[in-house]
Amino acid sequence: MAKKTLNIVESAYRAVMEEQDDTILWLLAAMQGAGAEHTVVLRGNAVNYAVSGQGVPGLTVGEWKQTQAPKMDRDVLDLVEKRNIPVYVVAEDLADRGIDRGDLVPGVQLLSRTALPGLFDEFALVAHW
Amino acid sequence: MPRKTLTVALMDPPYESENLTTAFRILDVAARRGYNINVFAYEGASGLAFVRQTPHPNPVHGKNLAEENHPTTKDQVAALLAEAEKNGGKVDWVNCGMCVDERGVNEFVPGTRRGSPADFHAFVEASDNTLVIPTK
Repeated sequence: MAKKTLNIVESAYRAVMEEQDDTILWLLAAMQGAGAEHTVVLRGNAVNYAVSGQGVPGLTVGEWKQTQAPKMDRDVLDLVEKRNIPVYVVAEDLADRGIDRGDLVPGVQLLSRTALPGLFDEFALVAHW
Repeated sequence: MPRKTLTVALMDPPYESENLTTAFRILDVAARRGYNINVFAYEGASGLAFVRQTPHPNPVHGKNLAEENHPTTKDQVAALLAEAEKNGGKVDWVNCGMCVDERGVNEFVPGTRRGSPADFHAFVEASDNTLVIPTK
């Protein structure tokens, strides 16, 4: 049985345009496919990854055009629905940014800051990205 | 009106931050306006024009090589040079020599060149304005 890992993702929108995804969410999805057992907590600016309907035009440089710009809400939904990776969002960090629960993709769960440490005991490893 | 000259110093490596996307958006506009552009690619940014970058498929996305159409900064550099030339401007893209040696990335997109901090100094002196985008 795989070691259960809690991944607290705080660094947000780091190279997502060049990678066309978030490097950590991508890594966890790939590891899950290899048998790992991950759970994700989005905190800080990363809570915005769960906001539904976001997107950005691809980069254009002269005649070169990016055709597969990242969609972070799609990637969060993919973790929840296809990868069976639970995704929590820190409620206070949402509130600080004026984001309502109804703005989020379905399937993500709210978690308070005070409840977060209580999760740690359930996991063999806690990684803060 | 005389052609404007803009210098941009870059420091971030490819695939590590959003800074380069911002930089390329600015450089693209400058090239479309026909500005002369100087770029000093320092430290990690010296890998931007490394010609052996290769796009890849993305199994997590479920996309093959063509579907993923993964960006490479070498293609963006080449497109920038072409766009500037089309609009009557020119790009002098300098890859910091010691930086590329450290990283083994000393094969460049044609039209870019190896250089040194002295080039950056000369760029600043000759430019209407200089934008520094450092690593944070």
